[in-house]
This record gives sequence, C-alpha cells and structure tokens, in this order.
Amino acid sequence: MKGFWPVYKKELYGMFLSPIFYVVAFFFLLICGVFFNFILRQVIMVSYQVAQNPEIARNVSLPSLFMRSFLWNISVIMLFVAPLLTMRLYAEERKTGTIELLYTYPVTDLATVAAKFAACMTTFAILLAATLPGVIMLTNMAGSSWKPIFCGYGGLFLLGCSFISLGTFASTLTRNQIVAAVITFGVLLLLWFVGQAKTQASPLVGTILGYISVSDHFEGLAKGLLDSRDILFFVAFSVFFLFLTLRQMSSYRWRG
Amino acid sequence: MIEAEGLTKFYGPRGAIKNVSFEIEKGEVVGFLGPNGAGKSTTIRILTCYMPPSSGTARVEGLDIYEDSLKIRQKVGYLPESVPLYKDLSVNRFLRFAAGAKGVEAKKINSEIGRVMSACGLEKTANRTIANLSKGFRQRVGLAQALVNNPSVLILDEPTIGLDPSQIIEIRHIIQELREDRTILLSSHILPEVAQLCSRVLIINKGEIIATGTPSKLTSQLQKSTTIVVELSGPSAEFAREVETMPGIRTVSPVSLSGTSKFEIETDPSVDMRSQIAALAVAKGCGLLELRATQLSLEDIFMQLVTEEPPLEGAQS
Repeated sequence: MKGFWPVYKKELYGMFLSPIFYVVAFFFLLICGVFFNFILRQVIMVSYQVAQNPEIARNVSLPSLFMRSFLWNISVIMLFVAPLLTMRLYAEERKTGTIELLYTYPVTDLATVAAKFAACMTTFAILLAATLPGVIMLTNMAGSSWKPIFCGYGGLFLLGCSFISLGTFASTLTRNQIVAAVITFGVLLLLWFVGQAKTQASPLVGTILGYISVSDHFEGLAKGLLDSRDILFFVAFSVFFLFLTLRQMSSYRWRG
Repeated sequence: MIEAEGLTKFYGPRGAIKNVSFEIEKGEVVGFLGPNGAGKSTTIRILTCYMPPSSGTARVEGLDIYEDSLKIRQKVGYLPESVPLYKDLSVNRFLRFAAGAKGVEAKKINSEIGRVMSACGLEKTANRTIANLSKGFRQRVGLAQALVNNPSVLILDEPTIGLDPSQIIEIRHIIQELREDRTILLSSHILPEVAQLCSRVLIINKGEIIATGTPSKLTSQLQKSTTIVVELSGPSAEFAREVETMPGIRTVSPVSLSGTSKFEIETDPSVDMRSQIAALAVAKGCGLLELRATQLSLEDIFMQLVTEEPPLEGAQS
C-alpha cells in the first residue's frame, strides 16, 4: 500500500476544493432535513391515533417506525449522491492526463484504488454524520434504544461502501464524468429495484434476484436487525467492485 | 543510466515503436528527436514505467522495468508532454503531494519543497492555485514535481512546447542548471533546443531509431561535401575560374549581391581548402571580405534523416 496516505490526502483536498461536493452536500442535507421533518410529523400523527387505541400501541414502536422510514429515505437519496461523489475519481484523472503523473509516481495501483475509495468514503461519512444530530436529539427525547440507530447507520455506511465501490469502478470506464455518473446511477437503480421483480420471476430466478437486491439486504439493517448475511453481502459487493477497479486500471496501464 | 533493448509497443493493431534499442550513460544529456507521432512519448512512457512494452525490455539505473517498476519510479523525475497537474491544488499543496507520493520523509518534506521551488523560481507562487498560473509557471511546477526527491534520472517530454519565447528561454535556463550529476533524456522536436542542451541525440522516426550520436558525429557521417562561402569586393571572374580548376573543388556557385561578389564553393570534406582559396583571392587582388566554411546544422541532419526533402539551405557554420 505504498503511497496510500499522500493520495488519500490529495483526494480529500480535491473533494473539498470541488464545488460539486458543496452542491451535493447542500441538497443532500436539505432533502434529509425535509424528510426528517415530514416523517416526524407523520409519526406524531400516528402517535395520536395509537394513543387512542392501546391495542395497536402494544405492537407499534414509534421511534423504530421513525428510524426505519428516515433511514430508508436516506438510502434512496444515496442513489443520487453516490454517482456525484464518485464520478470524478478516475474519469477526471484520465481526462486531464494526471493519471500519467500518478502512475509514474512510486505508488502501487492498489494504494491508489484504496486511497480514492477511502477518501470518497470519508466524504460520505461526513455527510452521513451531518444527519445524526437530529436523530440523536430525538432518541434522547424519546428515551429509546440506541442499538437500532447504530445498526441502521452502520447499514447506511455499508450501503455507501457498496455504492461508492461501484461508482469508483464506473469512473474507470470512461473519461467523461457525466457518463460515469449515469452508469453508476443506472446500475444502482437496477440493483435497488431488482428485488421487487422476484415475485414475478420463477422461484430460482426470484431467489437469485433476492440475493443481489441491494434494497432487500438493507431492509433488515434499517429495521435494526443485525444479520451477518447482509453485512457479508455489502462487504463482498464492495470488495468485488474494488477488485474490478484494480483490474480495469491495470488493463488501462497495459493498453497504454 | 538508461538501457533500452528491442522495445516494441502496439496500440491494438497499430505499432507505435519497433525494436527500439539505445543506451544512455550516467550523467549524459541526450536529446530525443523525432517528428510528431514518431514514438518519442511511447518510448518515454515505457521508460518511466507508465506502461509496459509489448516486447523488449529496458533498465533504468540497472533496474528492470518489469521487476523493479516502483524502484525505477522512485529514481526517475518525469515531466509528461502535456504537463498534467492537479489544478485545483495550490503549488505548495501539489508539491507536498508529489513529495509524499515519492516517499520523501515527512520531516524533510518542507526543505525538499523549498529546494525545488527555489530551483524552479516558484517561491512567490507557492500559495497560488495552479489553475490561476500562466502556462510558463505551470511548466515550472511540472519541472518542480519532477525534481522532488532529487531523482538521478530526469525524463522531460517536450518541456518547452506551447511556451512563448521568453518562457522557453527561462525553462531552458532551468534545465541547463539541472544538468549536473543527472542523466537527462530530453524529448523535443525543437532542434535548436536540443543542440543547445544536449551532448548527444537519438533520432526516431516512424517508431524506429534511425540515428544516434553527437551532433558533430552525425554531421561528419552525413556531410558529403563542405561548403565554403567567399565574399569579395573586387572583380572576381578570374578568381572563380581559377578556383574551379583547383584539386578538391567540386562546384563554384555565384550568389548575386549588389556591389560585392559572393560564391558558394563546394569542396571535398576530407581537405580543408580555406587557406588555398584565401591565398588565391589575395593573389588575384580581390578584397577578401568574408571566408567561412559551413556545416550541416542539426536541423539539416534531422531533415535529411526523417524526410526525403533536401536539407535547408544556408546552413550555419
């Protein structure tokens, strides 16, 4: 991993000096705030109804209902955010020719891929952390358990890992950042909704679609259910696309 | 020291270089000449380990490009042709990245950046964003990043391309100062630049090395005759007739000038005829205003080798 830190720091600087990050961060947090407010109002309305019916109240956990809806909405926003964060990683280097500079420095290809991915994940983690204050405040006020929050945010982080690894790979396929973003968004959307097609497909295909559906694997984590199969899926997904990124850039080097 | 052995590179079905072999000794400054698309950048990219060749091999400082790619990259300072830089970063931040990537120890990074900035005259632009710099200063930043970690081998691909004349002079001046103790490979198609900076040239055309040697060696190899230019003030018809009969003289061509007579006398390159021609001019009572032998310039050599056009007239002495 020789050369990881300099490339990581350079990528972070590049990210924070880029106007794209601030535009993305602004809209991400704005939309999250709007959803936070909207879902909270909905949950408060439900709480009034629940208060009048003690039978239902026994089966409904309002903090859990809020968290599940909020996390689910953040995950959908991430479908749009991830391509915008990752599109420049390799596409810009190839377009401006700086890849030639980077590839003639004594830095291994693995370190380059890892540093770019880690820098992008750091940026994403910062965005995600910025949504936490409201959630923490609400949990404190409701006096509910912290475990579903850890589980849900852990799930969002893993989901971000897989989205960003796919985006990193898409960025190696083209010099055009817009094309890279569109590829990432298209594939993510497909993998998000593929789970819904499983009911229409044959049992075997349905099972396979269920396995590769990103949303299916996230659903459990969003509910606060920690399942090693879901965690393994996101880890394997991320490693697979980072491996493809590494192979693609090695191939780029060989092709010249 | 750089050694290339039978380097061949194909981009798909198209061959970029074919069986390129050469050696550059330690401390030599070698010009890499060739027209656009001749294969200069491809050869350089292989030597800097940016990409591997399709066949053949190369060694830099005794290290193999396949086996010791990272070690070579540590020892080579490279300025790519288009001077790609991270334009969002400041000069200082970019050089800090270059130093870190090249493995300069954290405690030495500041002094190393100071050294290369001073060598390239970048002290006053340290905190400016690269995107806001002029092309000349960006070229300096490109050179500065190549010099980080004090590489023993410097490979510069068209370092003055696209610069204005004053910037070209500045960059050449910097390169001249870098010559000490370094092996430098300088790719260019600006011939006076190569003639000024390099002790030896490699000429590549259509992917093949077609000539190598010092400019004077190439001149002697290619020069089939020596041309002596004589300018006289007095009547010169008889002088011209007698010169033509002298042994070793091939042709005498008058060059029309108002008031004086000028001749271009082509002689056998193995014999220096200048003293005999001067003596004859004095004996004939012609006022001898000028007498000089001309040699092929690097430009003439290049033209002879890479094109089928005749070399340019008016070669410099």
